[in-house]
Amino acid sequence: MGAIIQYIESYLKTKDLTPGAAGNMFWALVYIMLVFAGLSVAVIAMNWLERKILAHMQVRLGPMRVGPHGLLQPIADAIKLLLKEDIMPAEADGFVFWMAPLIVVLAAFTVFVVVPFGPTHAITDMNIGILFMLGVSSLSVLGIVMAGWASNSHYPLMGALRSSAQMVSYEVAMGLAVVSAILMTSLNATGTGTLSMIGIVQAQQAQGEWFIFKFFPLGLIAFFVFAVAMVAETNRAPFDLAEAESELTAGFHTEYSGFRWSLFFLAEYSAMIAVSSIAVTLWLGGWLRPFPNMLSGNPWDQIFSLFPGVTFLFFAAICFYNTVRMPKHPLFRIQTIGLAGFGAVLGLIGLVLFVPAVSTRIQDIFWFSAKVAGFMYLYIWYRGTFPRYRFDQLMQMGWKVLLPLGLGVLILTASVALLQQKIWHP
Amino acid sequence: MLHITTLHYLILGAALFLLGVIGVLTRRNVVIVLMSIELILNAVNLNLVAFSHYWQGMPARFGGGPSALHGQIFSIFVITDAAAEAAVGLGILIAFFRNKETVNIDEVNLLKW
Amino acid sequence: MVIGGILVITRRNPVHSALALIVTLLAQASIYLMLYAPFVAGVQIILYAGGIMVLFLFVIMLVSIERSMKERQFNSQWVIGIIAATALGGLFIAVYTKGRDIFPDGPPTMMEGDNTQKVASLLYGQYMFAFEIASLLLLVAIIGAVVMAKKRI
Repeated sequence: MGAIIQYIESYLKTKDLTPGAAGNMFWALVYIMLVFAGLSVAVIAMNWLERKILAHMQVRLGPMRVGPHGLLQPIADAIKLLLKEDIMPAEADGFVFWMAPLIVVLAAFTVFVVVPFGPTHAITDMNIGILFMLGVSSLSVLGIVMAGWASNSHYPLMGALRSSAQMVSYEVAMGLAVVSAILMTSLNATGTGTLSMIGIVQAQQAQGEWFIFKFFPLGLIAFFVFAVAMVAETNRAPFDLAEAESELTAGFHTEYSGFRWSLFFLAEYSAMIAVSSIAVTLWLGGWLRPFPNMLSGNPWDQIFSLFPGVTFLFFAAICFYNTVRMPKHPLFRIQTIGLAGFGAVLGLIGLVLFVPAVSTRIQDIFWFSAKVAGFMYLYIWYRGTFPRYRFDQLMQMGWKVLLPLGLGVLILTASVALLQQKIWHP
Repeated sequence: MLHITTLHYLILGAALFLLGVIGVLTRRNVVIVLMSIELILNAVNLNLVAFSHYWQGMPARFGGGPSALHGQIFSIFVITDAAAEAAVGLGILIAFFRNKETVNIDEVNLLKW
Repeated sequence: MVIGGILVITRRNPVHSALALIVTLLAQASIYLMLYAPFVAGVQIILYAGGIMVLFLFVIMLVSIERSMKERQFNSQWVIGIIAATALGGLFIAVYTKGRDIFPDGPPTMMEGDNTQKVASLLYGQYMFAFEIASLLLLVAIIGAVVMAKKRI
């Protein structure tokens, strides 16, 4: 037992590379397991959060019965989907029907190989990190087209055609916004930029400001173009014409039931988290805490390192407050105890995060996850607020508004960067 | 363990090229012919990138060296070219299909005497 | 990759052929990674597997009808085709067995991490003209595809 702990500590203390870059297969596998587990927890939490937050935005309560305040609702959903009958349409193409959800899920999960949770907390750090992420997320379009085709009925086919046309159009706008952010990484002494995700965040750290604020307002406009394009890329509201229940009877995944449908659903949430992490890495400074250079030094470092523990204690306090407010009816006893137990677990995690040995390691991961969680809240907010775009309005916005905007931002960013390199700091 | 030299990559490229040529010459469905053309272009790309890797190991007085990446740049242009040609080819296919309702190249005989 | 290629040219259903071609393209990207060309691998995945194949699948869905899958699969001149391909194959084998000694050593193994920067400096330096011509070519292709697929010009 002592030897195992020593082995773990010797690895954690001395590494300065990601496991993939160091060629360490065992730790790469451990990281893959951790990322997979974290992603699953995040998807389950997203399911519950979406229903509760949408409900509160629509002045209703959301799921309240299944667990205390509906906390066990995602688990109930998962059990229901696993036990449902697996239907396949009679004339459908069996092999393609079976492969389509697989391709979408694979594309959505493989993206996380390069997502940087910290300077060494990534599974690997490819030289072409951002190119890899954009490319693999464009493979999910193939899965959607296959799903629509294999169902052999016209609703899924129309939904798949519309959805894939929308995804391909907004990929172009995403690519342009990404290029103008990559341009900003090359404003260092040697004039070489980088495509690797960890290198991009380190460039933001070296240049002292997050890229969203650089060359104001150019960074902001590029971020805005990417934010709109990423919502359209993942087929979420207000661009969810292809899968909305009132428009096309659930679009390309109409004929899927049970576990296959839940695979599509899993892939959609993972793709949301993936493109949010691209946005966070490129514009919002990845794992850096707010104000990394302006407010640096010892007192500020201490204050910011208290944030993880404080966040969990805040959630625990909300749980305890709701426990006190539960109805005092004997039938509610189990739920009250459950909620108090959940609050106790959250409080315990918060207290553990105050320990200095843990909190120094957890800082990067916490800030990254907090920013991605902010993006998830924005996604749910958009779904509750905006009306749906019609398909021709959607395509018009993609090609006639976002593409020229992205091109304009790219040209202006390049010109300003060139001026800065040549005239102001020659 | 087989020592993988450049020759192995060239043989793989030649095999893909052969498969593409057989596909172009023997299939009836126009879409599959176009896909075989993409196979041919991929084989060419593989040869180019294999040779660029070979040149990276050559000493600089022959024009080699670690930044002699001309093959890779050529292959990027070939990929761009393939995209353009696939788009135009599929446009022609759609126009033809609208006229004759078939995707058989044996029936593309409007200019025959 | 060779299995993928064989599947492309032998499947009756064009959708299965397209899927086999996607597998071939992804295998090709991994071979590029083996040849220390990560940028070309990334470009291949984004453009070829994620763009061109989507285009192919769209057109297959619009054009392919049940009738075409029940007809005869191979051409009316397949005999000549096989003979020509065999001749070409024989030529390849002759060239490769004669020239086997040109490449004696294995290719060099390098772990450099700045392939993209080198490609960029060459692309925008020495090959700038070709780059501009390629963009012009793409413009012509876009206009051509739109014109070809219009119902009435």
